Amino acid sequence: MENNIKKLLRNKFAVAGLLIIFLLITAAVFAPLISPYAPSEQNLSERLMKPSMTHFFGTDDLGRDIFSRMIYGARISLTVGFISVVIILIIGTFLGIVSGFYGGKIDYAIMRFTDIVLCFPTFFLILLIIAFLEPNIYNVMIVIGLTSWPGLARLVRAEVLSLKEREFILVAKMMALSNIKIFTVHILPNIISPIMVYSSLAIGGAILTESSLSFLGLGVQPPMPSWGQILTSGKDYIYIAWWLSVFPGIAILLTVLSFNLLGEAVRDVFDPKENYIEKQ
Amino acid sequence: MKNGCRHLFAGGVFYLFKKYKSIQIHRKLYFLYNNKMYYLIKRIILSIPILFGITIITFFVMHLTPGKPTDLMTDMNVKVTAEAKERLQQLYGLDKPIHIQYFDWIKRFVCFDFGDSFKDSRPARNKIFERLPATILLNSLSLFFICLIAIPLGIYSAVKKDSFIDKGITIILFISFSVPSFWLALIFMILFGVHLGYLPISGLYSFDFGNMSVLMKFFDLSKHLVLPVAVSVITSLAILSRYTRSGMLDVLKQDYIKTAYAKGLNEKQVIIRHALKNALLPLITIIGLSIPGLIGGSFIFETIFSYPGIGRLGYEAVMARDYPVVMGIATLTAVLTLLGNIVADILYTYADPRIKYK
Repeated sequence: MENNIKKLLRNKFAVAGLLIIFLLITAAVFAPLISPYAPSEQNLSERLMKPSMTHFFGTDDLGRDIFSRMIYGARISLTVGFISVVIILIIGTFLGIVSGFYGGKIDYAIMRFTDIVLCFPTFFLILLIIAFLEPNIYNVMIVIGLTSWPGLARLVRAEVLSLKEREFILVAKMMALSNIKIFTVHILPNIISPIMVYSSLAIGGAILTESSLSFLGLGVQPPMPSWGQILTSGKDYIYIAWWLSVFPGIAILLTVLSFNLLGEAVRDVFDPKENYIEKQ
Repeated sequence: MKNGCRHLFAGGVFYLFKKYKSIQIHRKLYFLYNNKMYYLIKRIILSIPILFGITIITFFVMHLTPGKPTDLMTDMNVKVTAEAKERLQQLYGLDKPIHIQYFDWIKRFVCFDFGDSFKDSRPARNKIFERLPATILLNSLSLFFICLIAIPLGIYSAVKKDSFIDKGITIILFISFSVPSFWLALIFMILFGVHLGYLPISGLYSFDFGNMSVLMKFFDLSKHLVLPVAVSVITSLAILSRYTRSGMLDVLKQDYIKTAYAKGLNEKQVIIRHALKNALLPLITIIGLSIPGLIGGSFIFETIFSYPGIGRLGYEAVMARDYPVVMGIATLTAVLTLLGNIVADILYTYADPRIKYK
């Protein structure tokens, strides 16, 4: 394990990704201390100001400071990313282990259900549920979690299928350990690395989806600031205020990129043979 | 055509026969159909439950969430009485129990009737099918350019593994994989549409499209397509390219590549004649699997570019709670996805004779 962490830290991309993620988390946690203005403080005499020393990233159509709003937006993006991934992890790992371990009819039923969810254009399903429920941050997290698990379930199932025939699992079965104990003590620790890779990539995917939804007005609702939502006003003022569109987009790009690079680096360290960038 | 239908039918009957094994099958017949046609039929039959699953999920998600489409029409109007609301719901059949509504929908769907749009009472089928060509045009163009760019990139970085160029390509691909498509669309619109003014930023036609000559029409259309296609291609480049790279790396390790080098062929010959074919085979499946992603992406950037395809129609229908149109689009995208997967599988079995169809 220690050796692996050393290997990970030798990878420049991974270090860069970790650094950006660390900065983001710090910014999100200490948002009130860092941001120069309150995120929803309107100042109508300073509408649509260009980036300057007083407003690093300019102001929006209501005179709100973009830099401060982006710092608070980091809170939203990271929360959405982490919580939806927790939901994905719970559903995907559980269904994957059950499916792979029991096999037979249970496996068939779960896998057909997975096929159904995979065949949906996920974004349409999310759009549908969010629009018909009330769009708010909790629904966004839950819906992203509920629709993005099939990839993980398949991955875990494949891992469990190959583990199942190994001696130590057979011995555990022979010793009449309960299935729950076999899952948690013998199977889970052995499939943790692909799960880590997948969750790192999935956090990036969830942040992307959240910002797309917020951009379409279906995600985080105002006055809560979110990166996608700032971009919406960027679209409205596309002819006069480029800074509204540029900075939040770069923030999203960097965040998603860091999680992806980290995931790729973890994959390189733990098992260099596999390729987990499945469609998300 | 007639012949093809007969074969399809016979194949289907044969599949059911074989499944239930109640009837002894003549060996000759078995030989005749234990082939690609049989495999095709089986795939089609197996994908029907998936299609139904998708319609059930969409239908129930739509109907079980609070609020009815008629609320949008009546809530703002104080004159509407409760009685009038009920009558309106009866008109659309929304007062019946949900499973009966679903069976009604299935009954109409089997006859290829999606019902009338709640918004303007036009048949949902017509609304969808007049938008479909634009989406298919956009997505097939994107798919074409994705293959054209991603595959050579993947091959190049596999051949020059761990070189400076390989690392450069990798990092560029990671950036393109992480970039939000709607933001890229915005930036392109600002850059090429607003500041440089080269390209139109929305729609598919100019206002005076009707008066143009054929050549001008083509030119106008392609000008409008550049930005949406570019965004679509850039954001979906990474997956195919990474798969090409890893597939190519696997092939380059094989013994027959060593043999080819050993008999004195140069690198170019080895790669083009021996490695390429084998590395490209698995990509067929990946391309088939990428179809739902492409269609899902359409919902975002068709809305941004005001592109008249089913993505934007779907977004508008979801917003207006136009149940028949939403159901129609969900079903259609599911059918396209399943078809894409089946076609990819079939092509794969044709391309690679080592694959057995079970």
